[in-house]
Amino acid sequence: MDFLAIFNSSISFILAPTTIAYALATLGLAVHFGFGGLLNMGMAGFMALGAYGYAIGVLTFGLPWYFAAFVGIGASVVFALILGIPTLRLRGDYLAIVTIAAAEIVRLLLLSSAFGGITGSADGLSGFNGPGGTITNPTVGAGGFNESNPIPPGDYGFVPFLDNERTWYLRIVGIIILTLAIFLVWRLVNSPWGRVIKGIREDEDAVRSLGKNVFAYKMQALIIGGVLGALGGLMLAFSTNVNSSVYVTSLTFFLWTALLLGGAATVFGPLAGSIIFWVLQAFLGLLFPALADAGLMPFTTIQAAQIKYIIVGFALVLLVVYRPQGLFGNKKELTFVK
Amino acid sequence: MSSNESSSTPVKSTGLHVGAIKPGVAKKDPILVADGVHRQFGGLVAVDVEHVEIPRNAITALIGPNGAGKTTFFNLLTGFDQPDRGAWSFNGNSLAKLSAFKVARRGLIRTFQLTKALGLLTVMDNMKLGSTEQTGEKLSASLFPFLWKKKEIEIEAKALEILTRFKLDTKRDDFAASLSGGQRKLLEMARALMTNPELVMLDEPMAGVNPALTQSLLDHILNLKKDGMTVLFVEHDMQMVRHIADWVIVMAEGKVVAEGAPDEVMKNPAVIDAYLGSHQDIDLGAVTGRITLPKISKEK
Repeated sequence: MDFLAIFNSSISFILAPTTIAYALATLGLAVHFGFGGLLNMGMAGFMALGAYGYAIGVLTFGLPWYFAAFVGIGASVVFALILGIPTLRLRGDYLAIVTIAAAEIVRLLLLSSAFGGITGSADGLSGFNGPGGTITNPTVGAGGFNESNPIPPGDYGFVPFLDNERTWYLRIVGIIILTLAIFLVWRLVNSPWGRVIKGIREDEDAVRSLGKNVFAYKMQALIIGGVLGALGGLMLAFSTNVNSSVYVTSLTFFLWTALLLGGAATVFGPLAGSIIFWVLQAFLGLLFPALADAGLMPFTTIQAAQIKYIIVGFALVLLVVYRPQGLFGNKKELTFVK
Repeated sequence: MSSNESSSTPVKSTGLHVGAIKPGVAKKDPILVADGVHRQFGGLVAVDVEHVEIPRNAITALIGPNGAGKTTFFNLLTGFDQPDRGAWSFNGNSLAKLSAFKVARRGLIRTFQLTKALGLLTVMDNMKLGSTEQTGEKLSASLFPFLWKKKEIEIEAKALEILTRFKLDTKRDDFAASLSGGQRKLLEMARALMTNPELVMLDEPMAGVNPALTQSLLDHILNLKKDGMTVLFVEHDMQMVRHIADWVIVMAEGKVVAEGAPDEVMKNPAVIDAYLGSHQDIDLGAVTGRITLPKISKEK
């Protein structure tokens, strides 16, 4: 068993493009739930729209990557409006039910062979990041994300952060987007706008009685969080192919775990929670199969790889019961249980 | 604080009505007029008010037995519920079909029977939320502190002044959730004042508040009138109603059954039957026969 290799590949998740993508989506959930009190159980749908919007923008419409990215973001805004107009007037739990269903509808539409020509159906889409994005078919995706990479080819950094120019470019772009997003959210929630949003989380009738247009505020929060989710999906699409099997409900629950781990009503909690969650996931996902291989666990390697999900579920329960405010949340601010 | 003297001798407004006193009597200067407001929940007619007028710059009490439709009437007037039919106007402008936040913006602010303090916001944030016309509450402007910092400082000064009046200034940085029930009532009323309302509608402001705090709440309500506001409140504490109300409206089964100055209304046999009960001035112990109060038994 090679502990050093397991350790190194786990640590590499700290700044991996996927971790950044999940951190962005988790930040979106923090805006929805932590600050706005909106129980969004369909963040995977927002991510899928961000990713597919971008991929389809490049492949079907031949847009350059930055315009295609706006297609993805625009799609998430439209999705937020469609979800919000009928449900935001209802009580919070209804939004949870509707979002979980809506995200599944999005996923199943993307999976459906009816639109296979555009969405790639079960195969998903690839090659939209430009030549170099995939090995097959190097001509599609001209003007894709990879072509904008100014870093000369080669490997940079040190173990465990030894990566090629493509990963480094992705990482840098991701960190810039994430930093901007965190700053904007921090600015928003510490402004009078954030005060209204937090007030709505506590009791929307009280805020309404003070002359605030609660519906408009909730819609704004839903859109902002949704756009952050789409940015997360976009980051995922920048780094790899898109496939509808990624944007499943369990992805939403992973985001929730990361959010509650870090602290729902915090700005840096989503980032910290995502890093801890994905590093731990990677570590356990490598450790258990290695242990099984070494004959230290009574499972097959494949079974052992699944144990991490049991542990994640168990950890989520313990977290919600014993530390509902998360690692970074204010002890007084028990957001999850009131 | 000058409120102590005002509470000892509250100046009652008189001569508020025009013509003979009857349910729905016209007022000299009504701030709120409701006509034919009807609300039905399934087979239950919760509110069926033919006509009622609330006098301006006076304290009006809305009393009536449980289930009389007082809170529903409040909800209807403030846009938290929509009636099946009816019209009502505030300062001469119709409020029908207006959503709750728009009603509040017109200057008609309510509090709730079950206090709605925003628990995980600090007392100060609760107060600041009450302030109207904040540029920083717009999404685009909120990103640029220089656009709203000045207003924020003004609001804070005003909030602190009101909090001091309500003796909550030492709690300013605590979460509202840490306040006691009575303090939350105070906070809710203080927050309502941040909006500079014209008409304050209080739904059972005294329920669950200890006697000493009741005293100070009474003073605050009387001060509202002194500051030129109009107060409409629902209350079951008859002593308080008699003490501070200038006008009393009695509701029963959704209808306005009586109106008048407090002392007269409480002598009205219909009101005694429907709401007060014939033993309102007698110690409860005497009513149940567990205690014999010499004075009362002599009268009997």
